[in-house]
Amino acid sequence: MYRKMTWKLFLLLVPVVVFYGAFIVFPIISSIRTSFVSWNGLTKALPVGFRNWITQLTSPELYRSMELTAIVMALSWVIQTPVSFALGLFLSGRGRVRDTLSAFYFTPLLFSAAALGIAWGFILNPSFGLAQVLLVHVFGYKGTINLLGNPKVVLYTLIGIIAWEFIPFHTLLYQSAARGVPVSLYEAAELDGASSQQKLWHITIPQLKNTIVTSTVIILTGSLTYFDIIYVLTDGGPGNASLVLALDMYRKAFEEYQLGTGATIAVIMTILGVVLSLVLVRWTGFGRMQSQMEGA
Amino acid sequence: MSEREDTWARKALSRIVVGLLALVWFLFSFYPVFYILFSSFHLQQGFLLGNVWLPPRNPTIQNYADILHAGFFRYFLNSALVSVASVVCIAGFSLAASYVLVKVTTRLSQTIFSILLVALAIPLQSLIIPIYTMIYHLKLYNTYLGLILPSIAFGLPLTMLILVNFLRDIPSEFYQAMEMDGVGEYGMLVRLVVPLSVPAIVAVCIYQFIQVWNNFLFPLVLTESAQMRLLPLAVVSFEGLHSLDIPGVMATVVLSALPLIVTYVAARRSLLGALASGFAGGGR
Repeated sequence: MYRKMTWKLFLLLVPVVVFYGAFIVFPIISSIRTSFVSWNGLTKALPVGFRNWITQLTSPELYRSMELTAIVMALSWVIQTPVSFALGLFLSGRGRVRDTLSAFYFTPLLFSAAALGIAWGFILNPSFGLAQVLLVHVFGYKGTINLLGNPKVVLYTLIGIIAWEFIPFHTLLYQSAARGVPVSLYEAAELDGASSQQKLWHITIPQLKNTIVTSTVIILTGSLTYFDIIYVLTDGGPGNASLVLALDMYRKAFEEYQLGTGATIAVIMTILGVVLSLVLVRWTGFGRMQSQMEGA
Repeated sequence: MSEREDTWARKALSRIVVGLLALVWFLFSFYPVFYILFSSFHLQQGFLLGNVWLPPRNPTIQNYADILHAGFFRYFLNSALVSVASVVCIAGFSLAASYVLVKVTTRLSQTIFSILLVALAIPLQSLIIPIYTMIYHLKLYNTYLGLILPSIAFGLPLTMLILVNFLRDIPSEFYQAMEMDGVGEYGMLVRLVVPLSVPAIVAVCIYQFIQVWNNFLFPLVLTESAQMRLLPLAVVSFEGLHSLDIPGVMATVVLSALPLIVTYVAARRSLLGALASGFAGGGR
């Protein structure tokens, strides 16, 4: 607008600047410092130079965690994007049936990830869980299924539960975006004799590009730090079969009391997160992303 | 078959397919939620022997009475206190700062805004280790304040983004008119900016309330005593002790989501609108 900064106005900025500095900027610097010490959180921290970094960067465990995180990220995107897109388009249409259905579709949004983890733990319990009972009594299947206890499938089970939890949110994004596409575009296309497939490719997808970008950024960066459900359901196990980076960091810092090692993993996560965001924003066009985020 | 009949048949078929898929998704997305809800009203005794996949024949609220006795009333109050205090500060601080950043267009204010937005690219949960050591050294470990302070900070970046964009739309003539009337800087914030930005403030408050209410990592790392637990952690701890009492645990799950369930039933559109705020970009 037209103003210069005055002390009176600057005073209004102080709380945000102080909180931001104390709990976001300072912790970033502090993480980096802690990654160069050996520390159990109680006794004095011992400077160890690059030892944590060398140990971590040469440890197969870290690359395994990165691999698991990458699988969660990729599959989450592959599953959640098309399903949310389709559901969002479906629900963007008006009508009583769709409205009623949407009221039920969005209900998973009401629960915390930790609470949902507990509920899914019961549902998938191999001895008395809902899934097992349904299989035996309703479908007449005699064997047992142990989707969380089997190291070969546990990661995919978690990816499925995470998708179940987050698809409603992304559906919501696509729904409100699809409602904003001008009807006149579709009418014009119909006059030109466009098929529904052509309308999808040439109108809907380009019009929803910003939402696709936003949703993608949220899924990918979110998967990097996804913690609650995995901690509650498997705590990284069985063995290390679902030990994604966030769990690895938590385990090192708060269960094995190696805060220096934990901080090293945290810094790696921060770098990966920033690089990922930058690449996505760069690759998809910064202007589009920004105008989307800013709503305008 | 004529061409017209062909397209008619195709349309009918696609409607059937869409309807079936909608029904499948209805079962897949809502049945687990329905199961959580109805099993919390099952009698605990004989639960596993009955038809666990169906709603109870004789619903009971005993499970809720039991968990309230087991400390959940306290956890509910803890969650409410921490969430409300955090949200009030997030909204108040962000509103004041957004007002300045919109009003002042010097390089300094633009730099501050860009630095604030960088936080949106950082996975904030990865900062938990230094936050833990800091809270510990400030002697705030296992206190309400120790949960509230970092919650406020983590809520700021997105809230600032939403509010700054909203406040940008206030025409500068409004400020000029107020200035002519001799209204000061703070007076304008209270008498002009706050009333005009009520919808954005409501959306931001609902969104951040959900974030703080559902937070699991902060209570897990920053508290230790049972008395300080917030609901998500309390649910997990309760399950650890009563892992065979499914109806009881499901009651804790439902209770932990109660404010959102009530809001959803009463004002679904506002709640969903608030959830999408900041990301939906005005429906484009």
